[in-house]
Amino acid sequence: MRGWFARLASTLFVLSLLVAKAHGADTSSQIARGEYLARASDCEVCHTAPGGTPFAGGRPFKLPGIGTIYSTNLTPDRATGVGDYTDAQFARAVRRGVGRGWKHLYPVMPYTSYAYLSADDTAAIFAWLKTLRPVTATIPANDVGFPYNIRAAMIGWNLLYRPSAGRRDDPSRSAAWNQGRWLVEGPGHCAECHTPRNMLYAKSSSQPYAGGQAEEWDAYNISSDPESGIGGWSDESLFAYLHTGHADGHGTASGPMADVISHGVRYMTDEDVHAMITYLRTLPQQRTNVITDRVSPERLARIGTPTEGNGARLFAGACAGCHLTDGTGRQVPYATLWGARTVGLPGGRNLVQVILHGSALETSMGRIAMPQVGDEYSDRDIADIANYVIGHFGNRAGTVTPQAVQAALANGD
Amino acid sequence: MYDIQINGDVHSVDVPGDTPLLWVLRDVLGMTGTKFGCGIAQCGVCTVHLDGQPVRSCSLPVAAIGTHPVTTIEGIGSDALGQAVQKAWIDLDVVQCGYCQPGQIMSAVALLKTNPHPEDSDIDMAMSGNICRCGTYQRIRAAIRSAAGA
Amino acid sequence: MSVSRRTLLGGLGGLVLAVQMPPRRARATGTIVEDVTTPFSPNAFIRIDERGVVTFIMRNVEMGQGIYTGATLLMAEELDLDPETVQLEAAPPDVAYVDKDMGTQATGGSTSTMGEWVLLRKAAATARVLLVQAAATRWGVDPAACRTEAGVIHHDASGRAVGYGEVAAEAGRLPVPPDVSLRPPSAFRLIGRSHHRLDSPAKVHATAQFGIDARVDGMKFATVAACPVMGGTLVHVNEGAARAVSGVVDILRLPNAVCVVGSTTWAAQMGLKAAAPEWNAGENAHVDTALVYRQLHDGAAQPERGIVAQEKGDAHAAVAGAHRQYAATYQQPLLAHATMEPVNCTVHVTPDRCDIWVGTQVPLRARDSAARITGLAADQVHLHNMYIGGGFGRRLEHEYVEQAVQFARQVPYPLKIVWSREEDITLDRFRPAYVDQIAAGLSSHGNIVGVTHRIVGPAVVARWAPEGLMPNGMDGDLLAAAADVPYDFRASYLDFVRRETPGVVTAWWRGVGGTRGLFVMESFIDELAAVAGRDPIEFRRHHLKNDARAIGVLDLASDKANWSQPMPKGSGRGVAVQFLFGSYLATIMDVKVDDDGSVRVLRAVVAVDCGRLVNPDQVRSQIEGGLMFGIGAALFNEITLDHGRVQQRNFNRYRVLRMNEAPVIEVHLVESDADPGGIGETGTAAAAPALANALAAATGRRYRRLPLLGKQELDV
Repeated sequence: MRGWFARLASTLFVLSLLVAKAHGADTSSQIARGEYLARASDCEVCHTAPGGTPFAGGRPFKLPGIGTIYSTNLTPDRATGVGDYTDAQFARAVRRGVGRGWKHLYPVMPYTSYAYLSADDTAAIFAWLKTLRPVTATIPANDVGFPYNIRAAMIGWNLLYRPSAGRRDDPSRSAAWNQGRWLVEGPGHCAECHTPRNMLYAKSSSQPYAGGQAEEWDAYNISSDPESGIGGWSDESLFAYLHTGHADGHGTASGPMADVISHGVRYMTDEDVHAMITYLRTLPQQRTNVITDRVSPERLARIGTPTEGNGARLFAGACAGCHLTDGTGRQVPYATLWGARTVGLPGGRNLVQVILHGSALETSMGRIAMPQVGDEYSDRDIADIANYVIGHFGNRAGTVTPQAVQAALANGD
Repeated sequence: MYDIQINGDVHSVDVPGDTPLLWVLRDVLGMTGTKFGCGIAQCGVCTVHLDGQPVRSCSLPVAAIGTHPVTTIEGIGSDALGQAVQKAWIDLDVVQCGYCQPGQIMSAVALLKTNPHPEDSDIDMAMSGNICRCGTYQRIRAAIRSAAGA
Repeated sequence: MSVSRRTLLGGLGGLVLAVQMPPRRARATGTIVEDVTTPFSPNAFIRIDERGVVTFIMRNVEMGQGIYTGATLLMAEELDLDPETVQLEAAPPDVAYVDKDMGTQATGGSTSTMGEWVLLRKAAATARVLLVQAAATRWGVDPAACRTEAGVIHHDASGRAVGYGEVAAEAGRLPVPPDVSLRPPSAFRLIGRSHHRLDSPAKVHATAQFGIDARVDGMKFATVAACPVMGGTLVHVNEGAARAVSGVVDILRLPNAVCVVGSTTWAAQMGLKAAAPEWNAGENAHVDTALVYRQLHDGAAQPERGIVAQEKGDAHAAVAGAHRQYAATYQQPLLAHATMEPVNCTVHVTPDRCDIWVGTQVPLRARDSAARITGLAADQVHLHNMYIGGGFGRRLEHEYVEQAVQFARQVPYPLKIVWSREEDITLDRFRPAYVDQIAAGLSSHGNIVGVTHRIVGPAVVARWAPEGLMPNGMDGDLLAAAADVPYDFRASYLDFVRRETPGVVTAWWRGVGGTRGLFVMESFIDELAAVAGRDPIEFRRHHLKNDARAIGVLDLASDKANWSQPMPKGSGRGVAVQFLFGSYLATIMDVKVDDDGSVRVLRAVVAVDCGRLVNPDQVRSQIEGGLMFGIGAALFNEITLDHGRVQQRNFNRYRVLRMNEAPVIEVHLVESDADPGGIGETGTAAAAPALANALAAATGRRYRRLPLLGKQELDV
């Protein structure tokens, strides 16, 4: 009896997600739906301080030329969290970037994307957040310079860049495409990182999904361009990457994307992930100068393992424990390097980040992590390792300099 | 419940899927020859073979093993190559404290399996993921050369 | 009368761990045997039973230095036994095994062979005399007409023979002779000939039992987190989250630590992560590396004299009046031990008994602490000493045994605690940081006329063995390679400004005072040679005391390393000579600095005169390993503190020399009939100065700060 009811409830739950309708849903299904949407919206990633309590906020965001902004406490603590918010206040903050007391939020909070969420959606998310343990967490004051320290300046910004709100399906497209568009453009807020930003920190309308920035990391081109973007990926690869954080021949998600998958995408239904793929496939091609070709394990086996050079030697010691000297990886598939964009870009920006700061991915097999190397090796050593990796596993001449490593270290602290 | 094939025997273990093979071996099955060193695949003392490939068991979730056979230091002497490597280790008095040596031997056997006559530089590259604090590297090198010649 | 070891050892005994070495290198396993009553046990080191099974009891713990083999060779030599047939057993905690030099039952300071050289041979020779006497009495013949071979007593004239076991009971009833003569070196069959390590087969087949391998019925697995800032306290544990982790059994607390117990170590680790302990950092929250170094440099600058440790002639006047003055300041970092086997301890406390399974260099101290904590009598505490997966001084500390006992007494089951590597490094007790200020005067011929030297740092001995502090407050360990040098400086002055390191506990580390002292002294001598425009070896030879052994190793190393042959551009060759732990070493290191600045250590040539060689190949092995250990530390390692917390947590941030960074090492042994010196730490001491001097030769700049690959500016 109870099993039958649970099955029915879960079926209804999935259906409700697919059509994004929750009218008349009871409280428990509203909470479940809120949790799902919170996952799909990646709230936890940004609203958790490094090593801190999930959703208690305090993660710093350094915006070049603007300053440092800290995420807020989303737990239902009355004093420091959202415990005293009304549904309307919460919805206004999420969908319009206007906090309580009409304080305008900074566009680090992706409210321009979350505007695609309905009032029911935000109410569901809020209902779920209220089930969390309240945590008293005083968030540091934002440290931003003029003119950004004038919150009212955001009113003008919002007039310029905020899109019209709500979900409007395109009847000429399939239900999956529309669901995918909603997820990608709305809660998934993919464009926030994967679309380049202009001088005013707004997303470029001329080059959607041509690649952007996620803090110190490059967010790759995910347009349908077959070489610069994901046009050359199979549906299976895209699904595996989004669902598990890894696809053979395309490497493993790291840095911010690893966070997005760990705390968000991997909890999404197969249908929703496929819907996102359906939509992503139709993004216009954006050819950027970033073109990578994939280095196969066969090629790596053919050229053998170099034994000379500082980078090769250090790699054999510090890195091969997981990646193997030939980059095919061991222990788990996540350790394979071949085909990853991170090893195919001569500038090595993400590569240096992952070497210096490490990366972690939550998976169905537990936490798969790469330890940071930090400042234990010299800037020269890190540059040598990075250039070796780019050369050997990416078939490109790496251009990482010790100065670039130094800068990445300084920014990461 | 996971069924893992270790040194030819199937063991059923009831642990969460994220449990690294290392702790299944040591704590659940009492096979303490495989050692714990760092937990982040930086030192190599936990090396075992999965499908004949050297892997760090501290970073291998039991859920990732499936039907692939595992060989540990307890079973490495069951073939001629493993015996030759272990004999070379004894003949050349490689060990000092001995704690890292099971992992070193596992890496050495895996190397010789794919490269029966390695150059010194091949040995260095293949073995550099295995740390020895006692500093027995010179003898490990010599023992691998000796086993390769055997 | 058959003597049981229980009586012999003053009422102690109980379980002892036997590391059995069955004959003929069959696979050996560690097993636990009950206390035994043996018919023949003439002293604390030897037992022989009726079946002829000979057991040697090892008072020095085996942590890689090869002492089980060396000690066995010493006893087997006098007892005429095949070493392969002897069973070895780790000594239980007992005053019978106290090392006089160390002041407690301890393994360390490179004293193992030195301490055992006469003691163990006498113990074995005594046993042999008694066994022969028993046989001779049985046969009614003169003992002098009997000989022994491979565990059998022969009377050749009558063709009679009897095994040791058959006369063990009779031998056990004979009075122990007050003194026995030892076999002359010319008659040695074992000593001086390389013998395979007896612990090799068990370690190669991974049947050797380290502390971490202890398995006891009903045991549960645990891991701990202690406050990462020394002196801090535990504030909060998320107990609900920890208990929600699959396999978590218990959460135990101490004022400064939390222990999560699980069905596996992994469950415990995941539980500890979920427990997310919060700390009150306490009074050391402000300590950082800069403070540590600032205090040392302040001490170096103080105008008042420190504790004067050596004053020969008027060194200050000699330096001031010299043709040329030269001074240098050297700085060395805190270092972790980072043994391959992380800290661990297994304890079972019951109302009337406490069992401890651990690898420790100080079993007596560990036992007494456990007795104090549990309120049990010392003889109710049974410590089973296991193989040690690397000591390097870490297991001369036993605070982790105390912590384990404090947790284990809270639960009825045996508790196995294994520290994570992160805990092992951050909660280590560290080799101190030091600053040395040293100055010399050179004559117009470029000869040293006087040296003044100040050491600033902690006195480790003041904590570890306060009674060992010299009457004037000097830590005698710091004299190594500072006051105790093979050179004749005509006038010399050494003082010590004691500055205890804030925020950490400092401890012994491989090579102890010799490692820190030799980096300073041999770097400085090298600088003086350069200033005087003289060859570093010629300069050293000129200043060495008239000591044939020191000159001998220097010339041998110079010859074997082709010292006089010039090095190509970008390469350099450096030398260090030393007299430490009773042994002489000369070490010559070749390095190459690539165009991109990366450093490769190519080769080390070491000449060694450590007196009588017991097991020559193991001397080589210790020199090789000691050098590798020292090279890694000298190149890479520095423990740093931020807000009282150690920043290096695992091997990704505490770099260890790897095989493709390891040089080729040649060891050349000098035959000698002097008493054996220590060897386990000498190579480590040699590494930093030989490397620093080689780098200076390659690059033209001096290296006065460790680690060598770190920044070279001092933290003044």
